[in-house]
Amino acid sequence: MKNLIDLEKKINSELTTKVNRTEIKHNQIYLETDKDDLIDVVLFLKTNNDTKFRQLIDITVTDYPEKNQRFEVVYLFLSHEFNQRLILKYTIAENEIIPSITSIFPGANWMEREVFDMYGVSFKDHPDLRRILTDYGFEGHPLRKDFPLTGHTEVRYSEDQKKVISEPVKLEQNYRNFDYESPWEGTKYIKEELDNNDKKN
Amino acid sequence: MTKKIKNLNLNFGPQHPAAHGVLRLILELDGEVVEKADPHIGLLHRGTEKLIENKTYMQAVPYFDRLDYVAPMNQEHAFALATEKILEIDVPIRAQYIRVIFCEIGRILSHILNVTTQAMDVGALTPTLWGFEEREKLMGFYERVSGSRLHANYFRAGGVHQDLPQGLEEDIAEFCETFPKIINDLESLLTENRIFKQRNVDIGIVSKQDALDYSFSGVMIRGSGVPWDLRKSQPYDCYKQLDFKIPVGKNGDCYDRYLCRIEEMKESVSIIKQCLSKMEKGPIKSLDGKISPPSKKEIKQSMEALIHHFKLFTEGYRVPKDEIYTAVEAPKGEFGVYLISDGSNKPYKCKIRAPGFSHLQSMDYLIKGHMLADVPAVLGSLDIVFGEVDR
Repeated sequence: MKNLIDLEKKINSELTTKVNRTEIKHNQIYLETDKDDLIDVVLFLKTNNDTKFRQLIDITVTDYPEKNQRFEVVYLFLSHEFNQRLILKYTIAENEIIPSITSIFPGANWMEREVFDMYGVSFKDHPDLRRILTDYGFEGHPLRKDFPLTGHTEVRYSEDQKKVISEPVKLEQNYRNFDYESPWEGTKYIKEELDNNDKKN
Repeated sequence: MTKKIKNLNLNFGPQHPAAHGVLRLILELDGEVVEKADPHIGLLHRGTEKLIENKTYMQAVPYFDRLDYVAPMNQEHAFALATEKILEIDVPIRAQYIRVIFCEIGRILSHILNVTTQAMDVGALTPTLWGFEEREKLMGFYERVSGSRLHANYFRAGGVHQDLPQGLEEDIAEFCETFPKIINDLESLLTENRIFKQRNVDIGIVSKQDALDYSFSGVMIRGSGVPWDLRKSQPYDCYKQLDFKIPVGKNGDCYDRYLCRIEEMKESVSIIKQCLSKMEKGPIKSLDGKISPPSKKEIKQSMEALIHHFKLFTEGYRVPKDEIYTAVEAPKGEFGVYLISDGSNKPYKCKIRAPGFSHLQSMDYLIKGHMLADVPAVLGSLDIVFGEVDR
């Protein structure tokens, strides 16, 4: 459908309970669903004549380590016919296995491999779930928020052993994460104080 | 008597001139026919997304130059647009024109590189020599405007870093006059060339449906006959006011994609010309003093300006909590940024959608049943740059 509001209504009426929340923002439509309904929702979006989201643009995950449902899985779709973009999301806990959509979109293959590599989220029924971007034999999932920026190991060529070896990172100076945020309006306690003052007034 | 024949496994790359970078392609060969291709990528993985999460919004821009390093400013454009949309700031019209001019220069840079190196992969040396002379001129423009030939770091949220230096507009206009002749020269070498056609026509055919299913974009989808270009369908900056055509292929083979790229270069020249003629004097970055740094002159005279300058280059500006996906039509296809801001001065997450990643993924499907010698031809026409595939 050309009109975003009509599209939102259509999706809500067709998918009813399978969609938890819809929102229109920045000329795009944001959907929230559940892990178990994913395949149905994706199939509907791809095949229905009023949606026609026939292209998968990307799959990614956002990590919120402080939350119970730690990962938010995000799918970006594009409909060429109606010139619409859709963002589909659902949250999962750390060790949950999620369904793969490679059977619906063959292009999802590497995207899911990347998610697996970067965040350690596993996919069910994925044809070839291997690491993709990191080195052979790499350990850890770099894009998780609790993975340090400098990493855990570094590689070098060892003259003694005549081969490339990896050892724990040794830095002359540690990575320094400066907190530049302005104390006048930035830090938490002042913000809270300001908010409280606003409430009082 | 029967003899058992085992398929041969061949490692193509990571150090191979036709791999266009550090691609390790494991090919399973039955004689000379490719049975299976398994690309191993990530040899140039630098963790760009992780690094961006630890940098302020202004410090994140240079990382985008290092993705697709043959057309750096197109990437910066996507990030700048995403930030602008969240900040809800306007870009002055002159800045929009400047950005479009340099994006089109980037497109020409990328397409020259691709067309000529693809020709080299299938056996022609001269186009590379001619094309690179032109690239040198274009990178000269990059240098004059930003100070460096490749890693420009020129686009900012809200506009561009500096105005064009004196005389640059005239020189770009002059280039637009001479360059079409070079394209014709390249075409006279390649388009009807028997060897070039034998190596490219009907090689690596992509059907319309497969182009959609494999998440193709850019020339890869247009070559298969889908008229889709984000500059037309979801126009950003001043593309709406410009008049240009979208070349579309018919057969979806390597040769059609080559033709599309040649035509796109001609269109880019026309876009640059239009921008130059429409451009007027005016501001080149957002007038919002909390986002754009003040000019040097102001810093010398005003205490406020000095403070703002200091704060902007240490703390950086803060971006309200939001999430957005923004895409631009980069030379290689849809280049997108999925940005999540949390109200601080650093992005919470910045997922980069690189077109080459999806294209390379389809290597196995594209090359199955082709001869070994077709691998460089197909790889060349996918237009892979490892900076963006590996990120």
